[in-house]
Amino acid sequence: MSDITIPPAAPPARRTAPRGAAVAKVFEGLCFSAATCLLVALGGLLVSLAIGGWPAIAKFGFGFLTTATWNPVTDVYGAAGAIIGTVVTAGVALAISLPIAAGVAFFLTELCPAPLRRPIGTAVELLAGIPSIVYGMWGLFVFAPAFSKYIQLPMMMAAKPGSLLEKLTTGVPNGSGILSASIILAIMILPFMAATLRELLMTVPPGVRESAYGLGATTAEVVTSVTLPYVRTGAIGAVMLGLGRALGETMAVTFIIGNSHGFPQSIFDSGSTIASTIANEFTEASTPMHTAALIALGLVLFVITFVVLGLARLLLRNQEARA
Amino acid sequence: MTASAAKIARRRASDIVFKMFCVTVTVVALAALAAILWSLLSQGIGGLDLEIFTKSTPAPGSKGGLANAIVGSIQMCVMAMILALAIGILAGTWLAEYGGRSAYASVVRFLNDVLLSAPSILVGLFVYEILVAPFHTFSGFAGSVALAMLAVPVITRTTEDVLSLQAATLREAGVALGAPLSFVIRTILWRSASSGLLTGALLAFARISGETAPLLFTALNNQFFSLDLRHPTANLPVVIFNFALSAYDDWRRLAWAGALLIAATVLTVTVVARIVAKEPSRS
Repeated sequence: MSDITIPPAAPPARRTAPRGAAVAKVFEGLCFSAATCLLVALGGLLVSLAIGGWPAIAKFGFGFLTTATWNPVTDVYGAAGAIIGTVVTAGVALAISLPIAAGVAFFLTELCPAPLRRPIGTAVELLAGIPSIVYGMWGLFVFAPAFSKYIQLPMMMAAKPGSLLEKLTTGVPNGSGILSASIILAIMILPFMAATLRELLMTVPPGVRESAYGLGATTAEVVTSVTLPYVRTGAIGAVMLGLGRALGETMAVTFIIGNSHGFPQSIFDSGSTIASTIANEFTEASTPMHTAALIALGLVLFVITFVVLGLARLLLRNQEARA
Repeated sequence: MTASAAKIARRRASDIVFKMFCVTVTVVALAALAAILWSLLSQGIGGLDLEIFTKSTPAPGSKGGLANAIVGSIQMCVMAMILALAIGILAGTWLAEYGGRSAYASVVRFLNDVLLSAPSILVGLFVYEILVAPFHTFSGFAGSVALAMLAVPVITRTTEDVLSLQAATLREAGVALGAPLSFVIRTILWRSASSGLLTGALLAFARISGETAPLLFTALNNQFFSLDLRHPTANLPVVIFNFALSAYDDWRRLAWAGALLIAATVLTVTVVARIVAKEPSRS
């Protein structure tokens, strides 16, 4: 039998697709769309604030930013009071908090005895995470009464009629107001800034610092002329990050600023910030124009904080690239 | 000779002033923060009893607890974390593994950093505009979405950071065996970075669990016990806010107890996150 059965030609060898190859593209697509979500979220935030606030912007125009009348009864709104309140409280808070935060950071990196270094550093970092509502409650129930009794009243008593001090200290001595809010904000951003500054200072190579000490520099000289200049860009970024927090902070301020509209007349006068106004009035807004004005306020806050935070991040990034 | 001696004395004096300043401000700062923790403990501990966890928020003058607020907060935080973990880990993975140094990746990275510290009240306004106003009702879902928006940037950032720390040889070894990159990421990189990812999740949870501002006009509040997230949902931060500003002593007592609960939760979660982060990774 010469009947040879020829086996059918084997199919051309094919590389078996590796396991999971089919989902590779899908997975990459998923990751990409998640990243795009972030972009959409921030864009959506801006667009929705602009749309929601448009009626107020269209009606009041540029005057929205420069007038301080905030009257839900006659439906006339101007944001200047809240804008000034926001900028002043955040600025004063930063002025109080920065030297203290820097002192703490220097203490932890240069002076602190080694066994205490970790516990104190950890404590500062933990405190940075305490919710701001806790700071607000403490401000209202503990800080405000003490502030009124030991600071406000004595200062108002001491002020001579007609003097500059009297002008600065008019208001109801109930412990709340612009200065109180600034102090609470300062305490709130303190652990955050101290922790960031400490982390930055720890990136200074030990050799740089040690050679300065080796040349006979004192601690003060090492800090001011070696370690601080080394992290300068990052430090400015960290400070602006703190400022950004203070600008947008809601709860710590709402409890204690007194919530009145218009330009604050003195450091003890009650005032409002953009965030506290929105928090207080949004759910009770009486007219569509009131809601629109509050959303337009939000847009103003968004622009202010976006600029500050953007600059902060760019500076910090430059520092990271250098370090 | 005397001139240089005077100079040395001056330098020494300024150094002493500097050191005294640093020590003083550290003591002042720690004292202020200790004072806050102390009043939180002393005012809050008195209000902490079993009824806090078993009864719902009361009318002024009657006995009650925070059960509805606690449950509502947990529900919203869990939902927010599920959403945020899915988006945040994928986005962080894209930034670390696919995006690299492309222009688009650096834009996303920058915006994520901005979102990381954006005012939370604006997130509340945004979610109000897209999820509350169109449906004409405040809801627990809206609250969850607002919280998720605050958690995502944290998770994205930590995910990218821990993935970039994984050894390049891990990726190369996986790819050399013929596995597609996506498979390597999911089965090797995520696994070896798991403790870092967990840390990020815990930090995000700590961040959102005390957030009040974004919930004020998304979840609003609810006086009664409810598991239905389609309606206004009670939550601890807003209850604390309302009760603290009320004129009733028993409401204020509950507010302090609630604040203590939240602060204790946040601190515990942060400490756990730090412990997890310190564990040596298996790589």
